[in-house]
Amino acid sequence: MAVRSREHGTTSIAVWKTSVYSCIHMVNGNVSTALKTDVLVIGGGNAALCAALSAREEGAEVLLLERAPKDFRGGNSRHTRNLRCMHDAPTEVLEDAYSEEEYFNDLLRVTGGRTDERLARMTIRASASCTGWMRGYGVLFQRPLGGTLHLGRTNAFFLGGGKALVNAYYRAAEQMGVRILYEARVTDLQVRDGRCGDVRVEIDGKEHSVDAAMVVVASGGFEANLEWLGEAWGPAAENFIVRGCPYNRGEVLRMLLREGAAEIGDPTQCHAVAIDARAPKFDGGIVTRLDCVSLGIVVNRDGERFYDEGEDFWPKRYAIWGRLVARQPEQIAYSIIDSKMIGRFMPSVFPPVQADTIEELAVALDLPVLALQRTVSDFNRATVAAEFDHTVLDGCHTRGLTPEKTHWAQPLDTPPFSAYPLRPGITFTYLGVKVDQAARVLMADGTPSANLFAAGEVMAGNILGEGYVAGIGMTIGTVFGRIAGREAGRQVAGRAPAVASMDKEGHHAA
Amino acid sequence: MQRDDPLQEGERIMTICNACRYCEGYCAVFPAMEKRLSFTSGDLNYLANLCHNCGECYNACQYAPPHEFAVNVPRTLAEIRNTSYAEYGWPGPLARAFARNGLGTALLVAALLSAAMVAASMILGGELWSAQPGGDFYALVPHNVMVSMFGSVSLFVLFAFVMGFVRFWRHGGESMADLLRGRAWREALRDSLTLRYLHGGGAGCNQPDRERSTLRRWFHHLTMYGFLLCFAATSVATVYHYGFGWVAPYGYFSVPNILGTVGGVGLVIGPAGLLWILYVRDAATTDPSARGASAAFIVLLLLISVSGLALMALRSTQWMGVLLIVHLAVVMALFITMPYGKFVHGLYRGVALLRYALEEARGEQGPTTRTVPKPQTGHTARAGTRDSG
Repeated sequence: MAVRSREHGTTSIAVWKTSVYSCIHMVNGNVSTALKTDVLVIGGGNAALCAALSAREEGAEVLLLERAPKDFRGGNSRHTRNLRCMHDAPTEVLEDAYSEEEYFNDLLRVTGGRTDERLARMTIRASASCTGWMRGYGVLFQRPLGGTLHLGRTNAFFLGGGKALVNAYYRAAEQMGVRILYEARVTDLQVRDGRCGDVRVEIDGKEHSVDAAMVVVASGGFEANLEWLGEAWGPAAENFIVRGCPYNRGEVLRMLLREGAAEIGDPTQCHAVAIDARAPKFDGGIVTRLDCVSLGIVVNRDGERFYDEGEDFWPKRYAIWGRLVARQPEQIAYSIIDSKMIGRFMPSVFPPVQADTIEELAVALDLPVLALQRTVSDFNRATVAAEFDHTVLDGCHTRGLTPEKTHWAQPLDTPPFSAYPLRPGITFTYLGVKVDQAARVLMADGTPSANLFAAGEVMAGNILGEGYVAGIGMTIGTVFGRIAGREAGRQVAGRAPAVASMDKEGHHAA
Repeated sequence: MQRDDPLQEGERIMTICNACRYCEGYCAVFPAMEKRLSFTSGDLNYLANLCHNCGECYNACQYAPPHEFAVNVPRTLAEIRNTSYAEYGWPGPLARAFARNGLGTALLVAALLSAAMVAASMILGGELWSAQPGGDFYALVPHNVMVSMFGSVSLFVLFAFVMGFVRFWRHGGESMADLLRGRAWREALRDSLTLRYLHGGGAGCNQPDRERSTLRRWFHHLTMYGFLLCFAATSVATVYHYGFGWVAPYGYFSVPNILGTVGGVGLVIGPAGLLWILYVRDAATTDPSARGASAAFIVLLLLISVSGLALMALRSTQWMGVLLIVHLAVVMALFITMPYGKFVHGLYRGVALLRYALEEARGEQGPTTRTVPKPQTGHTARAGTRDSG
């Protein structure tokens, strides 16, 4: 009873007996256990946990399959820090007000219009009730402190970050009797006439089938699947670094698409930022980012600049730099600053490569010496004297360069010089399955599935077709996780869907 | 990646934390860290003594083992903190002996003191094994023996505290003139007396079984205030003795006795709870080599309260003599070990909080200004942000 042994400490035997029965039969010569549950949740991050808790609220028996081992549970929610919430007045955790209109306009701007307005507005309205619900399950919030003050109005920060949130949800889920299986990988899933039937899951090398009335897919995107990314990016993808966990391989997403779910989002695109090239291949998270790009110059393997480093504030530009570096030879670049800039950006986790001359720096970085010297001296000559202020779009720019640097252009003339290697760091992917307002997966012909729901990154493309705005991923995951769990739970119990009433509420609130 | 030397490991970990900062809401350690770009031994000793070892940041850390970054802030800071006691302690040799074997040194000191007091009492005419109908312990250990021994030990301890304070303060590069800032003292005192940071930013400590709980904080309150009430009882008795000529023993409902009894009860429950937590808490967040010193301190406190309460209850019986000697000896042992044992955490925690209050008052932003617009520039800043999933 491999399954049973994994259950130790998660819930009582009594719940086990009432919620899931097991029977032994033979599959391909392996002893296999069949699991039965009302609601199956595939995934173990924020959206999955919100779905599991919400389904339990409706009284359904819930089985949650987390692919990661317990120490790494929570998917990429582990690496998050806040969620973006609409609010009409200051709350305990949010300042001032953030209206539906302003929120939607922010979303519209970053997506360039690639959003489903109906779903987006519903999500924004529902975001207003998120923090109260989250606190009910033990999620704690904090006032924004250093470095994030500018988000205090729009985003609610989790005390301790995403892993603390994930821990709180797991603790609550265990207390409420949600069955949780770790290191459980879904190997197959079938959809017939819009109804999800048999789900296969591998645990401890053994395959099990799951008999579930409702299935909520909250298994994330495919950003950790470099082969899949390679389909769009070619061999360059091998040099990408995955900022999140190694488990988001998009296998369940691919099954859904194969089984006829409607696709949404650009299958070739991913959110990629420039991060320190020395970061671990997976799971480096927040600390691998580099904030000094706009303060110096960035050169490629040939020692040449290739883009305006000072186009705008770094937080508004870092998301394009992943793709910029991805298009450079060998997907590598180097941010170079001089000692004048030390202390003007968030400290980095890796020490810079330092040298007293550009020549020595080129040698240390294994860059062509003459090319780098020429790039730096051309740049220094082209800078225009003006007052430097890295907190505003200042007047320091270059004249006569290709490409120009339009702000914060200061000559690199004060040793020691510091360099940080850059590579594309993949945060998430945009491809997903289409859903309706009840979080039901839509099939290719536009009809909603009878028993299949999706929440989180696997459907975020409905709302976030392009770009990114801080905290929106956790908002989508929380809102759709709650809807998916609630609707699945209500359907099991034979209750009417709650979506219509929620829609009314939303309009009322607006 | 991990380093054996606690200071090097502390530097490595603080560099990771300083690039992450997700834990900044938990306590003072992280805001203090954010004021720095690099971490000297003085910085690390300061941060280590700011840490109340609640363990919340470990539970919340996405880089905690088995992640390859293997970040463990509470354990690393505990290791640094424990070496800092020996580093700042005065005189050095005694501090280092204590660092090597806390429990052994404490017990040895207690035993030697008991023997010395027995000898002194006998030489000066005390009658150790006679029942004293009125509970008159001065007949057993003459008052001048007690006063001269405790007086000289107290002066020694006070001096050692001052030396430790000064060493800590100077190592951190703080100026003596800043010690005159009254507001910082008030804030540090408030944060110390309320155990503001033994609270995980409101989460409590995930102890003893990783459930959120404020038990440890309450046990600490009982211990600390129990100790202070007992100290107050002795102080009041001293005033009675010298100021009014009222000589002990005092009645059960006298001020010294009420203070001592209430404090003594707190000093039984609190340390018992802390001892329990010491052995059931998540060992990953503690410095295993310091458990002995912590246990020694807690056991000393327990011995003091239990022997003190027993002394009061049995002061008219023949047990008084033995109880009195044991009680005085463990109090003396606690006094002598104060500057080196676990007790000294109170001193350095307080000094660290004082330094924190001063840094906050100076409005130090640290060398970490971000490449984002200032908050007041408002709308331009809103959309562009630090990435966060």
